[in-house]
Amino acid sequence: MLKINSVTKQFGGIKAVDDLSFRVKKGHIHSIIGPNGAGKTTLVNMITGVYKVDHGTIFLDGADITNITTDKLVYRGICRTFQNLEICENLTVLENVLLGFDKYMDKSIIKSCFRAKSILEDEKRHKDRALHLLSLIGLEKIANQKAENLSYGILKKLEIIRALGTSPELILLDEPVAGLNPKETAEVADLIKTVVADEVTIVLVEHDMKMVMQISDYITVINFGKKLAQGTPEEIVNNKDVIRAYLGSGVVC
Amino acid sequence: MFMGYAGQVSLGHGAFAGLGGYIAVILSSNYELSPLFSIFISVITMAILAFIISKPILRLKGHYLAMATLGVGVIISIFLNAEDELTGGSDGMSVDSFSIFGYEFTDNLQWYILCAVLLVFTIWMFTNLVDSPFGRVLKSIQGSEKAANSVGINVSHYKSIVFVISVVIATISGSLYAFFSGFISPAEASFSHSIELVVMVVLGGLGRIYGAIIGAVILTILPQLLTSFEDYQTLIYGAIIIFIMIFMPKGIASLFNDMKRRLLAKDK
Ligand SMILES: Nc1ncnc2c1ncn2[C@@H]1O[C@H](COP(=O)(O)OP(=O)(O)OP(=O)(O)O)[C@@H](O)[C@H]1O
Ligand SMILES: [Mg+2]
Repeated sequence: MLKINSVTKQFGGIKAVDDLSFRVKKGHIHSIIGPNGAGKTTLVNMITGVYKVDHGTIFLDGADITNITTDKLVYRGICRTFQNLEICENLTVLENVLLGFDKYMDKSIIKSCFRAKSILEDEKRHKDRALHLLSLIGLEKIANQKAENLSYGILKKLEIIRALGTSPELILLDEPVAGLNPKETAEVADLIKTVVADEVTIVLVEHDMKMVMQISDYITVINFGKKLAQGTPEEIVNNKDVIRAYLGSGVVC
Repeated sequence: MFMGYAGQVSLGHGAFAGLGGYIAVILSSNYELSPLFSIFISVITMAILAFIISKPILRLKGHYLAMATLGVGVIISIFLNAEDELTGGSDGMSVDSFSIFGYEFTDNLQWYILCAVLLVFTIWMFTNLVDSPFGRVLKSIQGSEKAANSVGINVSHYKSIVFVISVVIATISGSLYAFFSGFISPAEASFSHSIELVVMVVLGGLGRIYGAIIGAVILTILPQLLTSFEDYQTLIYGAIIIFIMIFMPKGIASLFNDMKRRLLAKDK
């Protein structure tokens, strides 16, 4: 579904991502792992059009999507979440989820000014859909609370739910459980496995090895922007290069 | 709205109001168009102008955006002063009387009614707009541009639209004010006028439609109470901004909200 074809991104002297190629199969949970600074977030930023690709191409279902802007990619079915939370704290929980449906909503200025019936009905319909999404993670009770009052763990989940509103075919999750306690981590893992993976192909960037090994179908390991290894979770835990460069160093597990 | 809902600061809106006023006045005086039609043309012209300058200017953020709008404002102001054949230079120019479809506006009462109607209508429209999905997009841009972008919102496009809307409103108010006072001078487009607008919004409360109106009322009445301090007007505005920023960052309108909340809490 997604094909990364020898992409490179350079910041000043460092090559954050260096001639990297791999493919993501439709329906997979495909994890990208690697030590801090390996270039994982940079890769996500290139796929989602936040950074311009220096060299190489990116294909989605055979179509070249290299350097298409983030907002246009949402209409192509790609959405992402952020390593450092990006939630609109000035909005309520429900409004944040409604943002996810933005691409389906009528935002004609004239109609909005006059409270056109079609706009109100449209909003009502999407509110129901947003509440349904929230109910999947048991948050419909706090739908009308301001996001700024909520815990980090809840907001991390909210970000995933918001992304689901765009009905993506491919979702990129950048460290969805970073900073969460074991209970919250289990909840997010569950959310990813049961809700998201049902309909959406997932690219998962994560340091939590337990979770990665549990839920991934396939793993790509990168180090210093280059591909170090790839394979199923069993292949990766037994790969000597990976053990030496990463798992064995005692950073994780 | 540009400031309060999309989190942008413009120090040029006084100048936009002034220029919009001039265009309307010149069209009606020199080309004998009806006042209403002149304002209409002025609005269209200013909207196009705003759209064109919005593209480069809105790439800037925070202080840089404020400085750039300030720069545009100063250019407009200099232009209005220099083109004295067209604008009467620093002396300003007198304005024909105002009429709508042949109905002449002669006394203040008529003006009050017109402005009140327009004001109520504008508030109603903007309250609707802010409560709509369009308004939510603007608030999300203020909350997190990255988040907005990640769900498919073209952030710079919306910033442009809001900028254009705010310039259109400035143009209408600038034009009406010129027709009302029967006179227009570059002072309308001056830097201090822009500052005054910013103070109104900040004083009343960012992110609230009626906040700006509370601010406007106070700033209109205040100078009349303080006529003896006229020389220090800018100084007083500065002090107000600093005071508000420190003690009530959400403006006066937020005080009412707090009171409302406390009253509701008591009921329970
Ligand atoms: N905008 C930027 N400007 C300059 N250098 C950058 C930028 N973004 C990333 N880098 C550099 O690129 C390299 C890879 O960073 P990246 O954030 O992609 O790593 P990561 O694999 O996501 O790490 P982590 O696990 O800590 O999130 C790092 O050396 C980083 O300093
Ligand atoms: Mg990262």
